[in-house]
Amino acid sequence: MYRYDTYDHALVAERVAQFRDQTRRFLSGALTEDEFRPLRLRNGLYIQRHAPMLRVAIPYGLLASDQLRMLARIAAEYDRGYGHFSTRQNLQYNWPKLETVPDILHLLSTVEMHAIQTSGNCVRNITTDHFAGIAPDEIVDPRPFAEILRQWSTFHPEFNWLPRKFKIAINGAEGDRTALLLHDIGLHFVRNAAGEVGIRVIVGGGMGRTPIIGHAINEFVPWRHMLTYVEAILRVYNRYGRRDNIWKARIKILVKSLGPEEFARQVEEEWKDHDPLSVITDEELARVSAHFSRPAYETLPQVDPFHVQSLADSRAFSRWAQQNVHPHREPGYAAVTLSLKKTGVPPGDVTAEQMQFVADLADRYSFGELRVSHEQNLILADVRKRDLFAVWQAAKSQGLATPNIGLLTNIIACPGGDFCSLANAKSIPIAEAIQRRFDDLDYLHDIGELDLNISGCMNSCGHHHIGHIGVLGVDKQGAEWYQVSIGGRQGANASLGEVIGPSFAAADMPDVVAKLIDTYLDLRHEDERFVDTVHRLGIAPFKQRVYAGHERAAANDSPVSEAA
Amino acid sequence: MAQQIIRNRRVEEDRWETLPAEATGIPASPVIVPLALWKANRDELVARRTPVGVWLKPDDEPAELAPDLRHLAIVAVQFPKWGDGRGYSTATLLRRRHGWRGELRAFGDLGRDHLFMLARVGFDSFRLGDRHDPHEALAAFNDFSLRYQGAVDDPAPLFRKRAAGVSVQ
Repeated sequence: MYRYDTYDHALVAERVAQFRDQTRRFLSGALTEDEFRPLRLRNGLYIQRHAPMLRVAIPYGLLASDQLRMLARIAAEYDRGYGHFSTRQNLQYNWPKLETVPDILHLLSTVEMHAIQTSGNCVRNITTDHFAGIAPDEIVDPRPFAEILRQWSTFHPEFNWLPRKFKIAINGAEGDRTALLLHDIGLHFVRNAAGEVGIRVIVGGGMGRTPIIGHAINEFVPWRHMLTYVEAILRVYNRYGRRDNIWKARIKILVKSLGPEEFARQVEEEWKDHDPLSVITDEELARVSAHFSRPAYETLPQVDPFHVQSLADSRAFSRWAQQNVHPHREPGYAAVTLSLKKTGVPPGDVTAEQMQFVADLADRYSFGELRVSHEQNLILADVRKRDLFAVWQAAKSQGLATPNIGLLTNIIACPGGDFCSLANAKSIPIAEAIQRRFDDLDYLHDIGELDLNISGCMNSCGHHHIGHIGVLGVDKQGAEWYQVSIGGRQGANASLGEVIGPSFAAADMPDVVAKLIDTYLDLRHEDERFVDTVHRLGIAPFKQRVYAGHERAAANDSPVSEAA
Repeated sequence: MAQQIIRNRRVEEDRWETLPAEATGIPASPVIVPLALWKANRDELVARRTPVGVWLKPDDEPAELAPDLRHLAIVAVQFPKWGDGRGYSTATLLRRRHGWRGELRAFGDLGRDHLFMLARVGFDSFRLGDRHDPHEALAAFNDFSLRYQGAVDDPAPLFRKRAAGVSVQ
């Protein structure tokens, strides 16, 4: 993975000093609350219900074991012994003290980490495929480009005060594990007929109050122009994006109002005048790529006899291997997802002890590195197949081996109203109630692949629009309600879920999900996933089953329409 | 009362009067006029002896002013809100596309925490918000010793210097 040189170290150290001074000036009264807010947000610091929340950047989801140990130490010394992995591959602390944040940032800087631009109206942490570099369907390794773009966007002077937050994802594979079409910019690296690397540029996707699938505005931008082209897009957005209404300020609204063709024309016009010095050089790509070189893989047979035997011997192990082990392009290796979705634990939460433990696992079994997925789990990317059984046993001892990746209980959820001051409703207790209802593993496997996403408000941090089942917390006359949509889907054929009708009380949610599942089990064709059945039949049969016997309530309770 | 400004990284008295957006009359002293007033009185202003400047709102098009830049002694860009970043693109365009080499001033709801990046996009003159002490703000020019990306102040990105082994300042 990328390791800092003296330049990178100097910049992060200077940022810590700058933020220490900003905090000092705020505490002394020299900066007002309103002035300090955007400054602290640009360093990932929110003021929440109980305490500040600090969001630490994990650039494109890559972590070294020493970094995870530092995250564990900070959780133990400055927080309450745990952290929360978000859907944007970041880590959040829910209980730091404002005065100690500069010290936390200093500790992070010693392991080449920071909280730069993890919030605020600027370019946020760039995300990519959690299987980058190992996926069998990879065309171009996105990590060097993600790092080059990370550096370019860090403290970019022209784009630090955009109309609204700005999220960029990079995909280099045929499939899509990045929700590419739902980002402000999605960069899809491809090869043309001549074998040259270029970028299919997608703009204006997003979730939030107005979910929109992004539009391709250029089918092939040569890779050297990644920075100049993104600069042109950002300049058009910075100048013409709306600033009068926070709900209409994202780039998707500008693209929609101009139309994708006109937006693309303005970008091309702007791009013509780009500075040739910002064109990426071969030397720079080679320098950064060298940080992502192939680990020292052993030459192994594709099939490992011990692994095959273990699969035959243990049903529990084979079930875990089926869900939580993923193909690797290197013979004899596999990737492993450590599930942070154990029933009873808030999705994405991990204790300091677990972090230490996973860091040790990474050192022992996966070249000392790991990844954070946007589904809020941890991944050991380079495990020998012969070690899978040992990894499973070790993970099990720490509650990290729930065999539910891709299944209903792998619930993706934001921290919700328990912590977040933006939330309309809680997400964690809803996730837990649903997980408890579907705790039977055989039943879960019979239901098959299902993404269930929960967001506590329209900001959509739980990505509910692309859940096969999406749950959104809404506020009605001060009470917490939950609106349910079905048919959302991530990936290359991403689609947005459709709201099934009036929202529900928290206590009803496990029953609602159960009725949706029953409908699916009754109507599915063989080998059809839940989301495929929804797309084949539409929402009507699901809606009918869920609201049967509730006609009166439904009639009195008009559907919540923000998601439309 | 003359206000203090930062110019070329020193604090000095502001010698310019900046007319408000709704102004109609133009005093004979050195004055920075809003773009609309410039357009309405262009010939008269070009002909006069005392120096004159123009200030742009965040949504004014710098291209409109480009043909007239040679008549101006200063161009200023207004920042009506702490978080409004349009002026950074305005400055970039004035410097890079339209070739403005003269004094470029940022004024409005600005504090020391904006200075480093304002300087990077080409501003060399700053009138901060009333609460902010320009003397204390001077230190902000040194917040960072290097920059990853190219901008008006230094168009070569760090990656073009890394290869040459340039040392951290």
